[in-house]
Amino acid sequence: MYKNIIIAGVGGQGILTIASIIDLAAMNLGLHVKQAEVHGMSQRGGAVESHLRISTEEIYSDLIPLGKADMILSLEPMESLRYLPFLAPDGVIVTSTEPYENIDSYPDKTELLQKISESSSAFLVDAKSMATAAGNVMTYNVAMLGAAAPYIGMEPEELEKAIVTYFGGKGEKIVETNLNAFRLGKDNTQK
Amino acid sequence: MNKQLLLGAEAIAQAALDAGISGVYAYPGTPSTEITEYVQKSPQAKEPFVRSAWATNEKTAYEAALGMSYAGKRSLVCMKHVGLNVAADAFMNSSVTGIHGGLVIVVADDPSMHSSQNEQDSRVYGKFAMIPVLEPANQQETYNMTRHAFDLSEQTALPVLLRIPTRLSHSRAVVTRKETRPQNNLAPSEEKGKWILLPANARRNYQQLLEKQQQLMSLSESSPYNKIMEGTGKKAAIAFGIGYNYAMEVIGSYKLQIPLLKISQYPLPEHKIKAFCDQYDDILIVEEGYPVYEELLKGYFGNRKFRGRLDGALPRMGELSPAPLAKALGLTTSETKVIPAIVASRPPMLCQGCGHRDLFDALNLAMESYPYKQVFGDIGCYTLGALPPYNAISTCVDMGASITMAKGAADAGLRPAVCVIGDSTFTHSGMTGLLDAVNDRSSVTIIISDNDTTAMTGGQDSAGTGRFFDICKGLGVEEEHIRLMVPLKKNLNENSTILKEELDYNGVSVIISQRECVQTLKKQKKQCTKISSSPA
Repeated sequence: MYKNIIIAGVGGQGILTIASIIDLAAMNLGLHVKQAEVHGMSQRGGAVESHLRISTEEIYSDLIPLGKADMILSLEPMESLRYLPFLAPDGVIVTSTEPYENIDSYPDKTELLQKISESSSAFLVDAKSMATAAGNVMTYNVAMLGAAAPYIGMEPEELEKAIVTYFGGKGEKIVETNLNAFRLGKDNTQK
Repeated sequence: MNKQLLLGAEAIAQAALDAGISGVYAYPGTPSTEITEYVQKSPQAKEPFVRSAWATNEKTAYEAALGMSYAGKRSLVCMKHVGLNVAADAFMNSSVTGIHGGLVIVVADDPSMHSSQNEQDSRVYGKFAMIPVLEPANQQETYNMTRHAFDLSEQTALPVLLRIPTRLSHSRAVVTRKETRPQNNLAPSEEKGKWILLPANARRNYQQLLEKQQQLMSLSESSPYNKIMEGTGKKAAIAFGIGYNYAMEVIGSYKLQIPLLKISQYPLPEHKIKAFCDQYDDILIVEEGYPVYEELLKGYFGNRKFRGRLDGALPRMGELSPAPLAKALGLTTSETKVIPAIVASRPPMLCQGCGHRDLFDALNLAMESYPYKQVFGDIGCYTLGALPPYNAISTCVDMGASITMAKGAADAGLRPAVCVIGDSTFTHSGMTGLLDAVNDRSSVTIIISDNDTTAMTGGQDSAGTGRFFDICKGLGVEEEHIRLMVPLKKNLNENSTILKEELDYNGVSVIISQRECVQTLKKQKKQCTKISSSPA
């Protein structure tokens, strides 16, 4: 098993939380993990990404080679396209449809979603509604993790266990809300 | 418990704690900040106590680490690459004194300049100081080599430089820990000649440092971190530090058989290198950073069998990645998808509600009436004031340069000569420049944009919080020309007037523009709710 995942978004959207949950699940399964993150200046509202690699074999490069990503998981539609050169020919895009508009030159949403669908097999997810339905809009990122779950290469139950561990310190209610969001996301893309 | 997911930076911190350090000294700087933060948060650093508060700058950090070593205990000092320029005086001379308790200096380089002004390669500094340099390739090796670095330091009585690039510092992997060992006991050095670098002593010490080079070389020869991966054919590669990861990635995915020499401990193991190079007639040199050893191996007249960043086989600048390496090895890479033109760039920007925004609005308004609108800037979040919509900053060079460059420009006749510097940058390297301006009665206006924290690197404590008025007064700025303002939208006109009054003053004036960072405020509020909602 070898999975290369790019998690994309804007600084502050919760990319590192998603990455940490997947990391945790992979470590519990005894898999090799490498996860490169962006710290520093770009975190101030700029485009950020995390390269996440999980494998049964030893992983060398911290960066995913061009054309080798199995999935781009994006918390924001335009950001899903920024890392296209990394996506494998048969790779998938799982992206939220909710734009994060903090720049003047943000493209037209309809055109954007069309481009995404043209670029590869894509799942467009209304994560905001799911997070709201789950009980807290802050679970937006976890809803997206749920939507991506069928393509991560491990059983969704393993990710749920990691969610319980990750949010465990914040109380039962927060764990429950995040699990709800995860499941709503998962049901959305799972065939 | 033995296995943990750690950033490269965190692996260093954990290894240093396990190696028995008594203190870590650092000034925040991407990508090195997380090392010290990890120690600050670690329960392991509480008992026995490991000191870890932030230093005012990299030089004070380095000297304190050296003092702890003098007293016989182990110390770790961390900084980003350009921070070593600040600490260079202490660093260079500490290789002449040598050390007592183990001293490891971690320098985090930033190839591709993700968060920096240049991509200088700290291995050059290590070579310059003639001390051992370690350059791990992955997180486990980072842990192991940090432990090794303390042993090596005590064995050779020299500081040891551990160099990591951004990509290793900020990448996570599973790390297995080793047993912890106790701290050293207090045992201050009794050797005077070693520590008093009067010329007669310095000459003797330097002679000893030169003689030690043979020992360092043989330690590199036998180091398990410098190893050969056998292969076939006349083409080979030498990969340094993290370059090894990219080489192995390409070798694995293209199923190559090329022989590979991995170098992670310097000085270069001369015999190992020579024996390896003699066997092949085409050798790719894979270095993250400058082509430091490629240049050395190529020689002045350029032995063409060595290829790399100098002959264009690899890009001359920027961090490495698998694709250019594959290309350099003559492999074809498949076409990749293209980013559609619709994708707009999204640069970082000042946070909504940030006080720097209101400062720049007031400053731009105040500057409207002057023909020259240059504003000297410095290193921090407020450098983003250089971008639209503010376009308010004209320079950003190095820590503290805003004040001294404004002073020099004032000397040349520029009016107004105005600069913006953050609170943490001011205490780091701005105070001495301010003293120069006071002594010279320069016509400069210094704006300290004080947000109570070191914000750019994630909100670390700032050395002068709450004391800027007193510091400036103490340095000799006239009290009536130390002005305070609160950067808020509602104060725009009032603030602009204060600024204009001081811009027109023919002498040194300081304006302290004070409002807490919105990010740290948010963090504090979160913590307060946590505390108040937790059961008693």
